[in-house]
Amino acid sequence: MSAVIDSGHAHDEHRPDGGIMRWVTTTNHKDIGTLYLWFSFTMLLVGGMLALAIRAELFQPGLQFWHPEFFNQLTTMHGLIMVFGAIMPAFVGFANWQVPLMIGAPDMAFARLNNWSFWMLPVAATLLVGSFFVPGGATAAGWTIYAPLSTQMGPGMDLAIFALHIMGASSIMGSINIITTILNMRAPGMTLLRMPLFVWTWLITAYLLIAVMPVLAGAITMLLTDRHFGTSFFNAAGGGDPVMFQHIFWFFGHPEVYIMILPGFGIISQVIPAFSRKPLFGYSSMVYATASIAVLSFIVWAHHMFTVGMPTAGILFFMYATVLIAVPTGVKVFNWLTTMWRGSMSFETPMLFAVGFIFVFTMGGFTGLILAIMPIDIQLQDTYYVVAHFHYVLVAGSLFSLFAGFYFWVPKWTGRMYDEKLGKWHFWLSMIFFNVTFFPMHFLGLAGMPRRIPDYALQFAGFNEIASIGAFGFGLSQILFLWIALKVTVLGQGEKAGQRPWEGADTLEWTHLPSPAPYHSFDEQPVLG
Amino acid sequence: MSDRAQHYYVPQPSHWMIFGSAALLCMAAGAAGWLNGWEPGRYIVFAGLAILAFMMARWFGDVVRESEGGKYGRWEDVSFRWGMSWFIFSEVMFFAAFFGALYYTRLLAVPDLGSIDNKLLWPDFAAQWPTAGPVFKDPFTPMAAWGIPALNTLLLLSSGVTVTIAHWALKEGKRAQLALFMLFTVALGVTFLCFQAYEYGHAYSDLNLKLSTGVYGSTFFMLTGFHGFHVTLGTLMLTVILARCLAGHFKPENHFAFEAVAWYWHFVDVVWLGLFIFVYWL
Repeated sequence: MSAVIDSGHAHDEHRPDGGIMRWVTTTNHKDIGTLYLWFSFTMLLVGGMLALAIRAELFQPGLQFWHPEFFNQLTTMHGLIMVFGAIMPAFVGFANWQVPLMIGAPDMAFARLNNWSFWMLPVAATLLVGSFFVPGGATAAGWTIYAPLSTQMGPGMDLAIFALHIMGASSIMGSINIITTILNMRAPGMTLLRMPLFVWTWLITAYLLIAVMPVLAGAITMLLTDRHFGTSFFNAAGGGDPVMFQHIFWFFGHPEVYIMILPGFGIISQVIPAFSRKPLFGYSSMVYATASIAVLSFIVWAHHMFTVGMPTAGILFFMYATVLIAVPTGVKVFNWLTTMWRGSMSFETPMLFAVGFIFVFTMGGFTGLILAIMPIDIQLQDTYYVVAHFHYVLVAGSLFSLFAGFYFWVPKWTGRMYDEKLGKWHFWLSMIFFNVTFFPMHFLGLAGMPRRIPDYALQFAGFNEIASIGAFGFGLSQILFLWIALKVTVLGQGEKAGQRPWEGADTLEWTHLPSPAPYHSFDEQPVLG
Repeated sequence: MSDRAQHYYVPQPSHWMIFGSAALLCMAAGAAGWLNGWEPGRYIVFAGLAILAFMMARWFGDVVRESEGGKYGRWEDVSFRWGMSWFIFSEVMFFAAFFGALYYTRLLAVPDLGSIDNKLLWPDFAAQWPTAGPVFKDPFTPMAAWGIPALNTLLLLSSGVTVTIAHWALKEGKRAQLALFMLFTVALGVTFLCFQAYEYGHAYSDLNLKLSTGVYGSTFFMLTGFHGFHVTLGTLMLTVILARCLAGHFKPENHFAFEAVAWYWHFVDVVWLGLFIFVYWL
């Protein structure tokens, strides 16, 4: 303990100079984590504005603001920016900040590579956002960029392909870094089954990323050559098959959705025990459940393609495999609930988001089960039911877990407490407006409203109005979050946080490091007894 | 854990990475322009490649200096080993996408095009491999396996042997043998690439087999092309290692850069075996 604080003082003079070059050249995991988090929040706001442009158009039937082509660009870019620009980098930001602190490592294993993994992302974001301004505009093929739509579009599609290549490279490099850090740099005595669950979930997520991001790179490379070099991978006239794109894409795409939720599971598994003042119930079953989800994620991809046409045996296989995922996920939800059971609970903002997460994420999980049943999926494919489902798991799942993690760890990062009152406001506004936005979409989907269409039949007007009002409320609530975050990080307001502001938190960053964590921590590793 | 040093080497802030990002921006934006008929695009791509080469030379130069300066101990060495292993795994998955496309096409897509469902559309199409699809009418000859490709298999397998002999020599401190067998390995790699270039020329001029020759041409050229690109990278890496051997780098007990490149070379070798069997032979 004292050794750590000493090394913190000893290294304070090594803190790099201020100014922009500090951030451009930094090799420090905390700096890079901060960069990731601000970048992803910026992207969240950009993607959010696109979402609001969509909801404005859908407020009423008929065409109000946008041409249908531009509407499709909005939905496509909203998806791409949120998935690759907001959610994924945010989790990598948490990994950067927290993994070294939680395993007692001095930094990430490859510090310079870590810097480059981040600085690729603004390049990719520039290409993506810039693609709105090239002739023909951004790609409008949907975030899944299915062939043959995506083999026909203009230069915006090429920019999106290159942006995906770069973001994929960034993810692979980031994952190699995280996986190596976890495997090689744990404090002596921290065996694999003593690692905090956030570290475990990131270990498995990094493995998934390294396994599937190259497959996406392959798929979009084939798209690129089909577009410009005369190959026929996705062209039946040349002996190829557009359906093959969907198979390759979803072989990436399904693990990808777990990539976006597993680290969130990890955050929730840190927050719930801390505010229940009890150890996590069923730690090892949590680890095995995470690993099972990761393994199953590779054999369920075609449940996204039930309406494409498949042999019955294939449909049955993918249907049963998908339903099987409910088992490890159920283990997780059960363990979180059991951790809270008879705990001495308190409901500060991180806990509110965590409990809210369990509630809404589980709803998203249930609609996922419903969609996994092929006869129902045939009816609901490409309706707003699907939109409701994946926003329940992605917004109320991934995004809420990110908020929980931010409120939980920001005292350790800045040495100050966030504004608890505003934090609670942020939670309740987000929770209520989230449900106002997305709950009606279940009904819209069940009634048959198709997604990715700027206009709709008159009978859908009521629920769409409600959803649009909710969306604007949700968007404004995030401006409140921006203010909370600015206050505690940039402006340095808020009461001072002690080393361990959450009495139930027991991982290394709380037990061994002061708040704020020194610029260089764990130069000498703690030894776990 | 007792064999690890107390301090892990964390490098100072570095300027090279931002050059890499600038290079990627130039390459991606330039390529998107170039592909869509914007003339300056190509020059921007070349500028990006130049910046990337500069960045890699300076960055890796730093790493080599740190390594030779004794900054890395056993602990850092394990990191490099994990890092390289996972990188090669990511490369395996990249090739898996293209092999997957090949299997999918041969086992599902092409038989489906010849099935009864599609008889109305393409009554004359016979579902057999190789094919350029139902619309493509230009006759072409598929690439035979037992000419240059078999020779290339021999070349690459031999290069796997020579790089292993070089490794033994390095571990026993026989520097002359090390340099000689590294030179053999590089020469075998270059010869492989020359043969492949010849084969491509032969395909285009004599066999009428092109990238645009339907799905056979697509899978053939993309798989062998990406493999050839990796052989090129591997040969460059081997050349750098050869130069470092000649400069007296590496110790018998500590030479992971050498091993990393050897691993990469074996990976390229294994991919080729897959190519030889599934693209050329079967």
